[in-house]
Amino acid sequence: MKNYSEDWEAVIGLEIHVQLSTKSKLFSGASTDFGALPNTQACNIDLAMPGVLPVLNEEVLKMAVKLGKALNAEINSPTSFARKNYFYPDSPKGYQISQMDKPIVENGYLDIETENGGKRIGVTRAHLEEDAGKSLHDDFEGQSGIDLNRAGTPLLEIVSEPEINTPEEAVAYLKSIHSIIRYLEISDGNMAEGSMRCDANVSVRKIGEEKLGTRTETKNVNSFRFVEKAIQYEIERQIHEIESGNKITQETRLYDSQANTTRPMRSKEFANDYRYFPEPDLLPVNLEKEFIEEVLKTMPEMPTEKKERFVSEFSLSQYDADLLAADKDIAEFFEEVTKVSNSPKLSANWIMGELSAELNNENLNIKESKVSSNKLGQLISRIEDGTISGKIAKDIFEKIWTTGKEVDDIIKEEGLEQVTDDQEIESMIDEVIENNPQQLEQYRSGKDRLFGFFVGQVMKASQGKANPRQVNDILKSKLEK
Amino acid sequence: MALSDQELREIAYLARISVKEESLPSLKKELEDILGLFEELDAANTSEVNAMSHPLDLSQPTRKDEVTEEDLRDELLKNAPSVKSGLFLVPKVIDGEN
Repeated sequence: MKNYSEDWEAVIGLEIHVQLSTKSKLFSGASTDFGALPNTQACNIDLAMPGVLPVLNEEVLKMAVKLGKALNAEINSPTSFARKNYFYPDSPKGYQISQMDKPIVENGYLDIETENGGKRIGVTRAHLEEDAGKSLHDDFEGQSGIDLNRAGTPLLEIVSEPEINTPEEAVAYLKSIHSIIRYLEISDGNMAEGSMRCDANVSVRKIGEEKLGTRTETKNVNSFRFVEKAIQYEIERQIHEIESGNKITQETRLYDSQANTTRPMRSKEFANDYRYFPEPDLLPVNLEKEFIEEVLKTMPEMPTEKKERFVSEFSLSQYDADLLAADKDIAEFFEEVTKVSNSPKLSANWIMGELSAELNNENLNIKESKVSSNKLGQLISRIEDGTISGKIAKDIFEKIWTTGKEVDDIIKEEGLEQVTDDQEIESMIDEVIENNPQQLEQYRSGKDRLFGFFVGQVMKASQGKANPRQVNDILKSKLEK
Repeated sequence: MALSDQELREIAYLARISVKEESLPSLKKELEDILGLFEELDAANTSEVNAMSHPLDLSQPTRKDEVTEEDLRDELLKNAPSVKSGLFLVPKVIDGEN
């Protein structure tokens, strides 16, 4: 949705930092676990003590190769590291080891879908670099506290081409990257905890203009929704500034999610000049063909492939397949349920309906579901084999959710089996007809709509347990008499 | 290549080197001499030569992804002039790129 004049278009590029889920750091053997006591996971190398040397973690190379493959990109070999020089207390070396000329991943692309159709977004590069520590600005007698546990944690920075034009496209791109890194199991992608962070470069220009406008970089955006809102805000702000005769300053801005605004970060006295140069402590890395081939053998089925398989193997609609395949855990859950239920369509409906409603209610993810995939599969198979009705199944689902009991136990204990005995249904129907002579007369004199009334009465009399199809058939023949 | 005093001050600031005003002229000459050497190098035709990012013709060895470092916090904090609750204390920083 465009809230601004049709004359304008936005040009957006995203820089996404993904924290890689290795056990140890990029260049040291210190642990990367989240939430440890301050500075208990910061070793000599992370602290840049004199004489230490970085030693490259092999796992990050594998992770980067997989990402490169998923982004349809080239893998550079040799790939080399560079120093990005700046002084900040949470970076003890006085520089960050990053990549400049030969990033490990280059020239890829990603296909995204929005309401306006499909679009291909170029991925300029993805490079390896180390994360900084954390500055804590609580009051330490007027000083800042530094925790270096995060210093040296491996990151992949994924840089898009400025080919994104709307906030919706930006979110679709971001979600697609998120889905990929989760499928590859190279990061948990938790935006709230900072394992995936997004900076947005935004500029605006009049449609038809070739020259790009001055861009700003918005940092500190830590959810999909905030990315959309921050970009939307920044586009409108820039258009407003220009239309009011002002100029856009090239600057870094911070997103304030509570006020839904962006504000400039305090600008540094001099323009940033990172004075990159080749990292003398690390040799270029040759990625042998055999190494890359071995890594590619471990590539899992990716979201788009999975989606296509769900359509061909399970005859799901594109829409259902897309929703289920976007999240690796949901896709796995679905396949487990289907294995037990033998009914893909019904399994998909239940997962996207009842189950996701309950999960949302209690703010749980699918791995924390109180109804296991196995139990949901059994429940659905009981609908399929006619033991219970779909309506009763919903009640049983609630019971499993709260008690964790077995499907068949609940059905037995509470006598919920569907009534499929013709005679039993017939006698219930006879009773309903007898008790409603007036409606019977009206029905027979042509008021067809009353058929639904009779069905409802019979279902009620059976406490929802009568098989609806049988009720329909028998009722029809009795009423026509 | 000529450097202005302002450029010199900026370079010194970025490197966090304190330079006295009176030493600017001599420093300027030294840096300009070095830059002159690079200009001489620039004259060489390198269109057929690959960029070299390291003088050693070797590939970087790697290590397995294993936690090998133990917690040495108390030992390492001893190096710092000011600590509290396991944190290094530094002059107040705001609006950082953390």
